[in-house]
Amino acid sequence: MTKRLVVCVLTFLLFVSLFNPHLEAQENRSAILATTTSVQDTGLLDVLIDAFQKETGLTVKAIAVGTGQALQMGRLGEADILWVHSPADEKQFVDEGYGINRTTFMHNDFVILGPKIDPAKVIGMKNAAEVFKKISSAKALFVSRGDNSGTHKKEKVIWKDAGVLPDKNAYIEAGQGMAKTVMVANEKQGYVLADRSTYLSLKKIIDLVIVSEGDQALINSYSLILVNPDKFPKVNANGAKALFNYLLSRDSQEIIENFGKTKFGEQLFFWDMKDNQ
Amino acid sequence: MNFILEGFRKGVILLFGLNSEVLAVLKLSLYISILATFIAVCIGVPLGSIIAIKKFPLKKIIIALINTGMGLPPVVVGLFAVLFLSRNGPLGFLQWLYTPKGMILAQVIIAAPIITGLSLAAVQSVDPRFYQQILSLGATTRQSIWVLLKEIRLSVLAAVIAGFGSIISEVGAVMMVGGNIKGQTRVLTTATVLETNMGNFDIAIALGLILLTMSFIVNLALTFIQQSEDR
Repeated sequence: MTKRLVVCVLTFLLFVSLFNPHLEAQENRSAILATTTSVQDTGLLDVLIDAFQKETGLTVKAIAVGTGQALQMGRLGEADILWVHSPADEKQFVDEGYGINRTTFMHNDFVILGPKIDPAKVIGMKNAAEVFKKISSAKALFVSRGDNSGTHKKEKVIWKDAGVLPDKNAYIEAGQGMAKTVMVANEKQGYVLADRSTYLSLKKIIDLVIVSEGDQALINSYSLILVNPDKFPKVNANGAKALFNYLLSRDSQEIIENFGKTKFGEQLFFWDMKDNQ
Repeated sequence: MNFILEGFRKGVILLFGLNSEVLAVLKLSLYISILATFIAVCIGVPLGSIIAIKKFPLKKIIIALINTGMGLPPVVVGLFAVLFLSRNGPLGFLQWLYTPKGMILAQVIIAAPIITGLSLAAVQSVDPRFYQQILSLGATTRQSIWVLLKEIRLSVLAAVIAGFGSIISEVGAVMMVGGNIKGQTRVLTTATVLETNMGNFDIAIALGLILLTMSFIVNLALTFIQQSEDR
């Protein structure tokens, strides 16, 4: 008899799940936001998307990938709105006609992390390019994202400013998201470029310390870009525009500025709509 | 060491204080994997049985292909599912990308060859004269396959368990096809990855424990069916 009972329970479960009410909500076409892992890994993305969905009743599919992949999704018309952080690529994206209304609306900053023993002797140096130069000449281990993300692009810009190449034998491309890359650097006791929010969320479980911060070159600006609906007729322009307007609203500003204060005790993201371009 | 123990401690607390968010993730995981297993069984068991009992050219090649399919890497399935389901892809009109439907599709593709291959092997393990005998007693092909399957239900359920196990624990394909969207396509495995990335090892451990517990309960149920002898 147990057999019948178990079969009944399983069938019941199956039917209950078949008529899952929260599945219906997804049938209407929702806007696709392609964004970066750093925004998701801090938890900011979930908070903002929840607030937006509650406010407007619209749904958003927020896909967290690297900035490189997000821009590629925009180039193929697979996303409706982008939230990315790689100014040079963003400008090119817009110039090529793929995106419109690019708006730089917030920033946080990068920090250079390294082992406490500081083999390259860089602790306290402010100029990021100088720090990279010393890491290279000391042949100290450096861990890179290596995934064409905004952070990886930033790292490449700093190497270029430094005018040197990283030492080949002391350079690891992790090919992973920000948090995992920091964990790799932590295990191998290498230097790594990370955004401050990821550092703060991992601070309690890693030994790495901030070796350099505060350089202008380490500012990390985030922009919103609408994917050009004239170029891709399948783009959900209305949904994207609604999210765009919400993310630039006063409500969103409040959430962004207060985010992190409770969790990390300090402000993580800074609003800068004055820098509109 | 301490942070692992601490993680387990907090994990167990979270496990018993299931909040609504975790519950939604749990429900979606169950929904997707059970439905995908169900569909894969509907495809795999009949297909495996037919291939096992029928004689046709290239049979060995087909079986080799199915056996290869049993080891399909989920990320490859995920990649192709994303390419096909994307807006400008051949199946873009379905609008299944980043939805549970797309995730179910990917999981069916992963589980179906496993269930097909194992049912095929199970049916082939029966003495072929048995099948001939049922036929000679006047049964149709469909009826005789049914009798056969009842005879080997132990092995068929083992196939179902293997299929379910392969997809409930899978993270690559559901991450790519589902996108790990909160409240829409976040399942236990992708949530575990996210929490690990966020440095919340305690929550990640809790989710891992929930996944294991759930998997155990479903397998317990299947094993009960498999092992019961109600004569």
